[in-house]
This record gives sequence, structure tokens and C-alpha cells, in this order.
Amino acid sequence: MSMGAGEMVFFVVAGVAVVSALGVVLHPSPVYCALSLIVTLFQIAVLFLLLDAQMVAFLQILVYAGAIMVLFLFVIMLLNPERDVDRPPHTLRGVIAGVGGLFAAELAWFFLRRGKLPQLKASDVASNYGSVAALGRSLYTDHALSFELTSVLLLVAVVGAVVLARKGGD
Amino acid sequence: MGIEIGIAVVKALVVVLIALHLTVLLLWVERKGSALIQNRIGANRASIFGVLPWNTGLVNTLLADPVKMFTKEDFVPDGADRFLHSLAPFLSVFPILVTFACVPFGDELRIGDRVISLQVADLNVGLLYILATASIAVYGVVLAGWASNNRWAMLGGLRGSAQMISYELAMGLALVSMVMTYGTLELQTMARAQGAGLGTFLGIGKPVLDWLPAWGIFYQPFAFLLFLTAGIAESKRIPFDLPESESELISGYYTEYSGGKQATFMFSDFAECVLVSALVVTMFFGGWQVPFLGREGFAFPWGGTLALPHLLIVSAQLLAFLGKVFFFCWFQILIRWTLPRFRYDQLMQLGWKILLPLSLANVAVSALVILLWQ
Amino acid sequence: MVPVEYYLALSGILFAIGASGVALRRNVIVMFMSIEVMLNAANLAFVAVARHIGSMDGQVVVFFVMTVAAAEAAVGLAIILAVFRNRRTVDAAELATLRW
Repeated sequence: MSMGAGEMVFFVVAGVAVVSALGVVLHPSPVYCALSLIVTLFQIAVLFLLLDAQMVAFLQILVYAGAIMVLFLFVIMLLNPERDVDRPPHTLRGVIAGVGGLFAAELAWFFLRRGKLPQLKASDVASNYGSVAALGRSLYTDHALSFELTSVLLLVAVVGAVVLARKGGD
Repeated sequence: MGIEIGIAVVKALVVVLIALHLTVLLLWVERKGSALIQNRIGANRASIFGVLPWNTGLVNTLLADPVKMFTKEDFVPDGADRFLHSLAPFLSVFPILVTFACVPFGDELRIGDRVISLQVADLNVGLLYILATASIAVYGVVLAGWASNNRWAMLGGLRGSAQMISYELAMGLALVSMVMTYGTLELQTMARAQGAGLGTFLGIGKPVLDWLPAWGIFYQPFAFLLFLTAGIAESKRIPFDLPESESELISGYYTEYSGGKQATFMFSDFAECVLVSALVVTMFFGGWQVPFLGREGFAFPWGGTLALPHLLIVSAQLLAFLGKVFFFCWFQILIRWTLPRFRYDQLMQLGWKILLPLSLANVAVSALVILLWQ
Repeated sequence: MVPVEYYLALSGILFAIGASGVALRRNVIVMFMSIEVMLNAANLAFVAVARHIGSMDGQVVVFFVMTVAAAEAAVGLAIILAVFRNRRTVDAAELATLRW
């Protein structure tokens, strides 16, 4: 099977994403888990770029990797949790990991079975697919209501976070 | 295919070299410029064989200091996280350099029948790319503070990253009004749009307005002020440099760094200064545009034309870009040595309670004006 | 061109890893991070299928998922901070008071 450049990039990025996701889940120190998650987010952003979703890819870096993860790191550093308060007993850990692995394998096998998925036509996509203009047009016309509701949600979240994190609630 | 990769590599090299050289030059300008402002002489002791260069401090800054920095002992403090301590300087400087990929430093270059756009990556979402990669620089500060195993360094790190995130918001919003004005996120398109005369760009009929070039500062002065302030705060220069305040927290978040790693932090400071200047120039001052210089030569509004060879035009535009960026770097150095430092709560108040509402108001007013203008 | 099934398989694997993380870890912050891994896996599936059928709706959904994840992260971490202030721990086993 000849691998074009795009396919090689996909497999490398997918591999790094899986390894760093495992790092999030398995590393004992929370700071390193956060860093692994940042690496995972970058791999997902590259995969978005491979899928012609430019705007969403850079939004992912800006919002997820650039803001949300900084918030996570802040909280980890403020709380400074100990490294070893982390593991359930050995046997239970093994069972959970085994079940998780089976789950992963089953999902992968389900999706990789060719011919069982309805063959969607690989239609020609619009020339400005994934651009700012296309995303903006879709967002403000078809999904305008969700957009407005999301802004209300963000307002509620900001107010809620400020109230919750204040010292000595009153 | 190979040629295209070669061209892209050359362009990337040129951009990185421009950024690096400007940064190093800024170090010297800062030392001698601050000496001028403060009515003293500045560094002038080092020289080559006792002769050159006289009193300019060039050898001092460009040769002696880097050698000193890189030959110092490089230690990791006791009990600190080794890997994170070494990673933080890279995370501070790498995103800033990568951001230069979307900054246009000239119009197209025509060699034979190949047209090369003088921008490393002409992304459809250029401005968003710049904001995204610039936001990664926060990790350098946070990790430097955390990995130093030093209470004061961590305090500086947390403060610094909180400051950077707050001013990222104001920066982004100030840019939103520019995006609305130009109708695109691509920086090269923005730079090209500023080549027209002011009257033509705004659609006003008076030909006398065409004598002014359609630079962003003429129709969005407020956004310029907001963006410049937010940009200076983002790069943690005085008057916003509490995270590294030299007289209060020793060196703030990079207290426990020495030698090459500290040099990298200083380097990222100046590199971000160059980046903010480059962005200001591209969006508000015409980027690489020389007034009245089109692709064929000068086209004056009073009717005269002057045809010029292609390479001369490209070099003129490149020099114009470098000159404007250098002017704004010097302007930031001027501000640094003139204004006192903000207190931390004043800083956060400025970012959240003043800059953010003003940027939002600017966006609203711009939207209204653009709508009514059509 | 990588077929869409590969992207969906990768998304499934990442989702399963995230789900195991929520069950495996006792530190609530790391549990939260595993949830973020799951959200990203779902985002990847959305974008892959959106590209496959040529529609922008998948990317709009991803936009909303990112926004909601940001809001949820802010509120969730504020809750963790408030709980930590009272109980001095982020260990899920010690915070489990709703047990029978």
C-alpha cells in the first residue's frame, strides 16, 4: 500500500495523539497530564487541518490549548496536589484498563469494517470549505439561535465561576 | 514540487533571520537608547584590539554579552522539575518565532514567470493563526514559575500568565474591528488594501483625500491605541512588567534561570516586541506599502507616474516594512524608559475594566459605521 | 486521501482512552482532563464526517462544543477550588460522601 505524504502525516499524528492521550490517563503527576493533554490537543488540531477545517483547527489551538489548558494548569498549581493520591487498588486498576482496551478495540474494529458502513458519496466540497466565510455564514444563518443561546451560556458560566471561586461566600 | 518546498524554506529562513537580527539589534538600541534618554553614556568598554568601535557599545552588546550568557553555568535548582525547567524557555520563544510565518514582508516577487508571494504562509485564517500561536507563549511563563521550586518565581509566573491572558482578549477584540473594516483575516490582503488612496478606499468622492494613503490609522485610530497598549502588556514590557519587575521580585518568573536559558527569555521579550510592531505596522500603517508606490512604479495622485524596475520596487517595499517595524520597536523602547510601572491590581483593572469594554465599544461603533456607510 | 473510517476509528480509540481515564484516576482534576479527551474525540468524529459529506454543519457543532467545553471547564474548576477550600483534598475517594 503506497503511502502518500498526507497518509504518512495522518499515521504519525494519530500515533502521537494516542500516546499522549495515554499519557494523560496514566502519568502520576497532574502537571504532566496537563502537558500531555496539550500535546493531544495539538495533534487533533493538525488532524483538523488535514480535514480542511482551517478555522476550527486554529480555534482549537486558541481556545482549548491556549486558554482552557492554562486554566487547568493554574488550578493544578494553586492546589498543588500530591503525586501519589492517584491509584485505585491494583486488581481494580487492571480490570478497568482491560475493559477500556476492549472498548477501544471494539470501536476501532467497528469503524474499520469496510462495506458495513453506508458508503457515503465523496462529493466535491465547496471551494471555500472550512474557511472563515463558510463557517461564519453557516453559524449566523442556520444556527443563529444556538449562537445566541451559547452567548447566554457563557455569561452564566462566567458569573458562576466568579461566584464559586470567591472566598467566604456572601 | 521540490522547487516549491525550496522557495518556502528560503522564505521561512528570510523571515526568521529578519526576526532574529531585529531582536539582536534591539538589544543594542535599548542599551544605547536608554542611555541617551537617561543622560548617561551606557556600555562602551568592550572593543576589538582596543580600537573599534568607539563608544558605541556594539561589541559589548553583540559580542561580549552573548558569549558571557552562553558560557555561564547552567543549573537547575534543587528539587525543581528538570524537564519542565528546561522546557519553559523553549515554550516562551518558539511560539513567537512561529507567529512570523503569517506576517507579510513584501508584495509579490516576480522571477521569470514565477510569482512568489512574500509571506511564508498565506493562510485564509492568517490573523487567527497569529493570535493562536501567540497564546502558546503563556506556557513558558507558567512553567518557568512552577518548575523553579521557588515561591516568588511561582508568584511571578502566575501573575505573568494571568496578565498575558487578560490582554490577549483586549488584543483580539481590537483586531476584530480591523477584520470588519478589511473584510478578511488574511494579512497580505489587508496590506494590499492599504495601497489605495484614502478617498478611494472609503468611497468618498473627494479626490484630494487620495493624497493620503489608506492606512488603517486614519480610519481606526482607536483600535490602534487599544492594540498597541494590549500588545505592550502582552509582551510584559514596562509599564506592564510586574511579572519580571527588576526592583521587586528579583527577576520574577525567571529568577532561577541563568546563562543560555535566561538569554532565551530576554530574547523572547524582544522578539515579542518585534512581533507586536510588525502587526501594528501591517494593520495600521500599510505594512510594506510605500505611499503611492504600485506594482509598476510610482503613481502620484496629481497625475504623474514614474516607472521603476521590479526588483527596485520590491527592495523599496521590504525596506519600508523594516523601517516601520524598527520605528515601532524604538517607540516601545521609548515608552519603556519613560513610564513607571503599573501596580498589579491597576494592571488587571486596566485590562478588564477599561480596555475590554472600550474594545467592545469600538467593535460596535465600527459595525454601525460600516453598516451605515454601505 | 485518508478514508473517513480511519478518523472515526482514531476517534473511537481516543474516546475509550478518555473513558478509562475517568474510571482509573482518583484526582478529580485529571478526571476532568480525561473528559476533555473524550470531548476532543467527539469533535474529531464530527469534523471527519462533515468533511466526508461536504457539509459545514459538523464544524459549526465543533465550534459549539468548544464553547460549551470552555464554559464547563471554568465552572468545573471553580467548583473544584471551592471544594478544595472546604475539604483540603482533590481525591475522589475521600470526596465521595454520597455513598450508601
